[in-house]
Amino acid sequence: MNAPVAPDTRPLSWYEASARQRVAALADSGSFVEFIGPERRETSPHLAIFDLPEQFDDGMIVGRVTLDGRAVLVAAQEGRFMGGAFGEVHGAKLTGLLRAARALGRDVLILFDTGGVRLQEANAGELAIAEILRALVEARAAGVEVIGLIGGRAGCYGGGGLIAGSCSTLIISEQGRLGVSGPEVIETNEGVEEFDSRDRALVWRTMGGKHRYLIGGADAFVDDDAAAFRKAAIEAFDGGARFEFATLEAEQQRLERRLRRFGGARDATDIWAGLGVTEPAEVPGLATEEFLRRAADKRETADEAR
Amino acid sequence: MKLDDILAALFPNGHDVAVADGLIAGKGSLAGVGDIHALGIAGQSPLGVDGALVLAGRVLEIVRTGDGAPILVLVDSSSQRMSRRDELLGLVEYLAHLAKALLLAESSGHRTIGLLYGGSAAGAFIATALATGTLVALPGAHPAVMDLPSMARVTKLSIDILKAKAEATPVFAPGLENLAQTGAIHAVWDAGRPLAQQLAALLAQPPGPDARDRLGAERGGRPKAVAIAEWVVRLASHG
Repeated sequence: MNAPVAPDTRPLSWYEASARQRVAALADSGSFVEFIGPERRETSPHLAIFDLPEQFDDGMIVGRVTLDGRAVLVAAQEGRFMGGAFGEVHGAKLTGLLRAARALGRDVLILFDTGGVRLQEANAGELAIAEILRALVEARAAGVEVIGLIGGRAGCYGGGGLIAGSCSTLIISEQGRLGVSGPEVIETNEGVEEFDSRDRALVWRTMGGKHRYLIGGADAFVDDDAAAFRKAAIEAFDGGARFEFATLEAEQQRLERRLRRFGGARDATDIWAGLGVTEPAEVPGLATEEFLRRAADKRETADEAR
Repeated sequence: MKLDDILAALFPNGHDVAVADGLIAGKGSLAGVGDIHALGIAGQSPLGVDGALVLAGRVLEIVRTGDGAPILVLVDSSSQRMSRRDELLGLVEYLAHLAKALLLAESSGHRTIGLLYGGSAAGAFIATALATGTLVALPGAHPAVMDLPSMARVTKLSIDILKAKAEATPVFAPGLENLAQTGAIHAVWDAGRPLAQQLAALLAQPPGPDARDRLGAERGGRPKAVAIAEWVVRLASHG
């Protein structure tokens, strides 16, 4: 086998990049082989009902790559098409990929960029999420590692958040947001007093990468740069990930502990203070290196408990 | 049907299933089957971090006993609890943890049966009923990913137009029949026949792999999902 070639090393903002750019920048140079690419024109059979434009890949790219020489399967959502939302075809591609991962014993990378279920095909999208969760858990139970990467424009919300919460490892950037109900959804349903979606600082404090990393909701925190995601993804495959009773028992204890410690917190800064982070109010403004220095030994971790 | 009546009909030999804080817990006994664990959500309650953790804890407790008894997940919920506190504390992890616990219970030898007897939506639906091995519903159950008025806001289409479109396809509109056509609901039970018999009959069928996409294609609600998923598996397995 040829030595793996790292992709183009010029800085590429993960947040700004398209799904295809992300896959190309993440994988070893030229290693990406797509399954059911846009040339197959497997579009959504439902968007035409709403007179909405289709996309030839339905906003989901799946295939195989090598990552530092390791053969892995990859899925990437295009947040710029329908907000990366899960529809029938979009979701079925990921379901198929995870079923294949289990059969082949091959690890998986999922590049999330999604607002959740696509409303124009809500029933199909919701069920796709359920099928993906089942396929993901079955793959993990068979020893497959599933690494999630979060740092796109649309964040990772709704059912996408539940899929992320089922991965063995999560890598997130400061720009990455992870949640179930997005800011606008909470505001629309519960009022602006509950959540002001225009308060961007509040959004990032409550759902952003730094907070998720500090409370153990994500395992690695990286710069908004494709090379940083690549490096973290390579390091994430440690062969130690398990999915068994002990894993979930440990997760139960971890999540109970979080509720005990922080269930009464009003704001993320209260939690960061409770963790013992120095000058918690400064956290949102910290550059990555300094943030990681202050987070070390203070943050909650989820090793073997996710 | 009311929960009390449903439980009485499911477990004519008796049960100790009770509701506290909108969460269902207990055990019933079914002739010919034995003990059945029951848990779930009642009274259209939303599912937040606290409730999800209680339910997951119960599921893990059941797995720990190793009794192999079926787990019945009864659901009449709203959506996930939409609040700043729940998101701050990482609701994604709590809901995913519950879904994982149910899936683990199934792979550990417990049949998991979802019984949708009221409403359910979004994250609460995914983390409970949709994470069971077999999902059945009672007539009158009313699942909805999103209600039509909210959908009208998001899609910028009038409710009348949405209603007209819903006549042509089951893929987006709320309702049991629409969801059943996509393959999510294995069967809608007959409220006129003893529920205990229908549950026993369901448990007598051997569990199989996830066939919801196949069912959705057969019923016409999801024409492409099964073909796409199988195609990806084939392509991934060659070369």
